[in-house]
Amino acid sequence: MIEVKNLVKDYGSHLAVKDLSFTVEDGQIYGFLGPNGAGKTTTMNIICGYIGATSGEVLINGKNVAEEPLEAKKLIGYLPEQPPLYQEMTPREYLSFAAEIKGLARGEAAAEVERAMEVTGVSDMADRLIRNLSKGYKQRVGLAQAIIGLPPIIILDEPTVGLDPKQIAEIRELIKALGKKHTVILSSHILSEVSAVCDKVMIISRGRLVACDTPQTLEQMMQGSGEIDLSVRGGKKAVEAALKKLRNCEMRFKKSAGEERAELTLSAGDSRDIREEVFFALAEAKLPILAMSPSRASLEEVFLDLTAGGASESSIETGLEEEEGE
Amino acid sequence: MLAIAKREFKSLFTTMTAPIFCAVMIAVTGIYFIAYNIGTGYQKFSYVLLSSLFIMMIIVPLLTMRSFSEERRQKTDQLLLTAPVSLGDIVLGKFFAMCAVFAIPVLIFCACPLIVRSFGEAKLAGDYATLLVFFVIGCFYISVGAFISSLTESQVIAAVCSIGAMLLIYLWSGLVNMLPSTASGTALVLLLVLTLLSLLLYASTKNWLLAGGIWLLGALALLAVWLVNSELLAGRLSEWLGGFAVTTIMSNFGEYDLFDLQGLIKLLLATGLMLFLTAQSLQKRRWS
Repeated sequence: MIEVKNLVKDYGSHLAVKDLSFTVEDGQIYGFLGPNGAGKTTTMNIICGYIGATSGEVLINGKNVAEEPLEAKKLIGYLPEQPPLYQEMTPREYLSFAAEIKGLARGEAAAEVERAMEVTGVSDMADRLIRNLSKGYKQRVGLAQAIIGLPPIIILDEPTVGLDPKQIAEIRELIKALGKKHTVILSSHILSEVSAVCDKVMIISRGRLVACDTPQTLEQMMQGSGEIDLSVRGGKKAVEAALKKLRNCEMRFKKSAGEERAELTLSAGDSRDIREEVFFALAEAKLPILAMSPSRASLEEVFLDLTAGGASESSIETGLEEEEGE
Repeated sequence: MLAIAKREFKSLFTTMTAPIFCAVMIAVTGIYFIAYNIGTGYQKFSYVLLSSLFIMMIIVPLLTMRSFSEERRQKTDQLLLTAPVSLGDIVLGKFFAMCAVFAIPVLIFCACPLIVRSFGEAKLAGDYATLLVFFVIGCFYISVGAFISSLTESQVIAAVCSIGAMLLIYLWSGLVNMLPSTASGTALVLLLVLTLLSLLLYASTKNWLLAGGIWLLGALALLAVWLVNSELLAGRLSEWLGGFAVTTIMSNFGEYDLFDLQGLIKLLLATGLMLFLTAQSLQKRRWS
């Protein structure tokens, strides 16, 4: 378990992390989400003990990173933004070195290196110089370094950057598999990745935590109640006339639509499912429906909404407190 | 610590740094050895070492410039600093690895006095004592280079600054003699140093009361000594600072056949201080 309490990091010229507090439970995959410069990397660096915090503390399974660094660091495997690779070594040499400084016994180190290479798929490249590897393979070697010795907590800073789609899928599977036994924190700006892989999402913006919940709850929080997006062949007036018959409905036409095609968002006042009613109403008026989809806010919208304005920030924070109270 | 030292040692060889270092060291010393001992039949190998001491200030920076700056630039320090190893282990591991590289030519030089003896008489005790201090001076230079490397992210800056610092160390005994030796001159220099230190203290603490107080105390003490016996100050500067001259310690061993234990201990303490400062400079970077 990781407890972060009132973390502040002041770089002198700017405040990177402002009074950040959160708790990471065991055995879950946490996604760390935020726009560039939100303080994700700084926070991860502090958790791993690479840099010190201005104030506040980080407890890793009860061990304070600043006070008992050796005990705390034993529990963490870290893949920084730029994999910390020695270019003049081969992956095998490098991973053996990583195993050694992480205090693995000589006997198990060799087997552990092979296992880590197997899992991350770098066995084929084991004896080439890291300098000559592609970016994707370098990333995998970095990942292998983070999981070597099976630390209970694995922290990955943007683990899929620079990988091709197939490799991304593989790494995601790997992270999911790791999440069964380890606590994983990964940072990302790719939202689909976070919603696909993570059990919990933490969104930070300008050094503060603005939301922490499951991806589903966050999406639900933003979900338009009974809203649907419609695309209909026909003039705006005809569509408006046909849909007026529906009870307690509000129409919002999109400006960009042409004469031949109307695009609108329809919301029912009482959050009921109005899709069937809409179909029959438009069928009666002989207006073909081209597309109809429930207007569900994606995580992306949640993200943009939370990190953009101050108004929504406060509303989400109330949600947070409720969750903490449970 | 052993893991870091082993990796560093290996990496110094794969990047060709160590082979070039050893080659230049052996070549330069070899030329002097042939000229002095083989060519003119001089008995003491220690003279060769006295002459080849200067090459250290050019090639030791080659060995040390990458040590910390490159780790920082390549971000590999993130691996070391987030691993369960202490900062002291990192600094010592790297330092010992570089000393081990330097030990290679020194071990080869150990054969030279024996070669001299195979031709006739040799001064084995003096030669090996000088070799010992030669190695210790090399380790001191390495610690200076490591410290400078820890201050910057660029290995070129590290190399240039290290050469400058080592030139200063090499020329120290000559520079010290240029200092004023009269009582008033010494007092003036001391006052200047005191003022600079106070300003530095103020710059780092922003506490003018502390800095001003220390300046005042120091100035009063200086004035008291001046009033009681101004001759106490005469010639003191070169006496105090001259004690740190590396070349003086080296020639005590090599030229005058003195086992300068005090000088040897000074060198070891200075090395320790440099390594401590290196660890502090790494630590500072993490907290700023």
